[in-house]
Amino acid sequence: MMNRREFCKKACIVAGGLIIPLSALEVFNPRRLLAEKDGNSKVRWVFLVDIHKCVGCGLCVKACKIENDVDWDANVTRTWVERYVVTKGGQTLIDSPKGARDGFITQKIDQASQGLKEVKPEEIAKAFFVPKLCNHCENPPCVQVCPVGATYQTQEGVVLVDRTWCIGCGYCVMGCPYGVRYFHPTLHVAEKCTLCYHRLCQGMKSACVDACPFGARRVGNIRDPEDPVTKIITTEQVNVLKEEFGTKPQCFYLGSSMEVK
Amino acid sequence: MVHGEAWTLKEFFVYPNEYIYWSIQIVMYPFMTGLVAGAFVLSSLYHVFGVKQLKDIARFSLVFSLALLPVAMMPLLLHLQQPLRGINVMMTPHFTSAIAAFGIVFTTYGFIVASEIWFVYRQFIVETVMELRGKQQRSAVDSARLVLYSLLSLGAMDLSPEALHKDERAVGVLAGIGIPVACFLHGYAGFIFGSVKANALWMTPLMPVIFICSAVVSGIALCIATYIITMEIRKLLSTWKRNKRSYLKLPSVEELKSAELQVVTITVKYLVMFLVLAITLELLDLIFRTYTAVKSWDILRSVIYERDFFKIFILQYGFGNLVPFIIFLRPGLTIRRALVGTLLVLMGVFMMRWNVVIGGQAFSASFSGFMDYHLPIWPSTVELYKEGLFGALTVIITPFVLFYLFTRVLPVFGVKDSH
Repeated sequence: MMNRREFCKKACIVAGGLIIPLSALEVFNPRRLLAEKDGNSKVRWVFLVDIHKCVGCGLCVKACKIENDVDWDANVTRTWVERYVVTKGGQTLIDSPKGARDGFITQKIDQASQGLKEVKPEEIAKAFFVPKLCNHCENPPCVQVCPVGATYQTQEGVVLVDRTWCIGCGYCVMGCPYGVRYFHPTLHVAEKCTLCYHRLCQGMKSACVDACPFGARRVGNIRDPEDPVTKIITTEQVNVLKEEFGTKPQCFYLGSSMEVK
Repeated sequence: MVHGEAWTLKEFFVYPNEYIYWSIQIVMYPFMTGLVAGAFVLSSLYHVFGVKQLKDIARFSLVFSLALLPVAMMPLLLHLQQPLRGINVMMTPHFTSAIAAFGIVFTTYGFIVASEIWFVYRQFIVETVMELRGKQQRSAVDSARLVLYSLLSLGAMDLSPEALHKDERAVGVLAGIGIPVACFLHGYAGFIFGSVKANALWMTPLMPVIFICSAVVSGIALCIATYIITMEIRKLLSTWKRNKRSYLKLPSVEELKSAELQVVTITVKYLVMFLVLAITLELLDLIFRTYTAVKSWDILRSVIYERDFFKIFILQYGFGNLVPFIIFLRPGLTIRRALVGTLLVLMGVFMMRWNVVIGGQAFSASFSGFMDYHLPIWPSTVELYKEGLFGALTVIITPFVLFYLFTRVLPVFGVKDSH
């Protein structure tokens, strides 16, 4: 007959003994552990930006904020548009007021604490707009550095965040060379562009793509040779941002310039 | 308001989502782990390498490193946006991340320190239990102490010479294992920064080594400073008690003073050694960056030599390194000079952490703009408390409170045993 003390003792040992192998199941599942994606998917979403076509209207930023419930007035955004003004003197001025949510409504260039800077039209050598968003890298540093595996890549290459598991350490925010990540103002977890994964899965296009009146933004499947986006990427002169980081970004730019940061 | 907006001031072009996300608590994190590692290494100098002169400070720094240990976690928890989920790191560690193993390394280290202390204090604990048991009439406090010490003894009451010899061997082994683990714990904090390829200032393989050296420097400096202050308090108490109760056999002020100066002089030598190593590596990094001048150098140069000049060259290298050097190396070291020197060294190491963590975020990843950090002073919201001056002060004060509490149970002075 077992007395109470012995029963408690043995119960603790059994419970402890069970927890170890059970937790190992989770810990030692390498796929899950590395947040690895399956390389054999028939779909790999990529993004194509045509800089020649962008006029900086900011409709894409508006559409993104509405579609993804990004706080309208918070100074963070999943996608934004940068304005580049290169003077004849060789100076490059860049701005993106409110992420260009309202477009570029003044010719003055926002230099943050330095105020607005006016450049005379005759001094401008060239000027253009560059839309930015998450590059959904093939080798995403944000996924690599997440200590809990809350950031992961789907089979289609889209980098997502599990809002229920993110601890909010900000390592991914620091690890992204493109500055696309931030903390959600109310949920307090890492937040980023999802390429409107919820829409892509339904056969629709990303909200910013649909909102662009000039076709400057396009989304496509690089594994489908017949996809018009794939055709452009494979046959024309496209570029990516910050290639030197080895992240293999999957957002391609047509008509990019050396000034683009 | 978005996280980071309250204390970030942007200048020129900075990406819209960029803010100083890693603020004062992330400065505190490597600073505190550094102190833990350094304090432990100092105690190991006696336990492993048998530097006899350090016997007095070895016990002191070992208990101090235990007091610092829980505090190394504090800044991280204060920094996390979801502190209640912090345990997820232990539940689903994602090992490609440099932070994932933190829980494991940290716990391992905690166990090593705790068990080493247990072996060091076992004799004392058992003797206290015996003494308390022997008392005919026990007050409530004594009964509570008896329960506490009986629990701490873990039932190992054997005080035979063989058992004590085994204790000593265990301390030696644990201290020996502890050194690489302590270095790993801290080098690892350096790796967390050094491996961020997106940050031009942080990314260098030298970062872990620089962190270890400055950790040892800061740990030793803190131990010396605290040791001096504690000894001063003991001196005061001793004079006071001797006047009141002249029948007690207490060490005289002169005895305390000479013992103190000897310990301090020797410990300072080790401090200077590690300081030389730390500065050499830091300067090597700076020279290498200047010489290779890669793409990021333009913006780094303006941060290092212009915007942060005062913080880097005056506070960190000047007052934090050069001045203590002169203080320590001039002949005839006095207690007061040693105290000033060690406090300056601590300030210098803190500034080094600041210049790495905040300095690394002082420029935009676009290399076209800057961000200025304004430390939140008044804690009007929880976030401003956590990531502001008062949060940092909480982290600084806690180890001293813990140390005081620990020494109520495990005294660091006047214990007569073989360790």
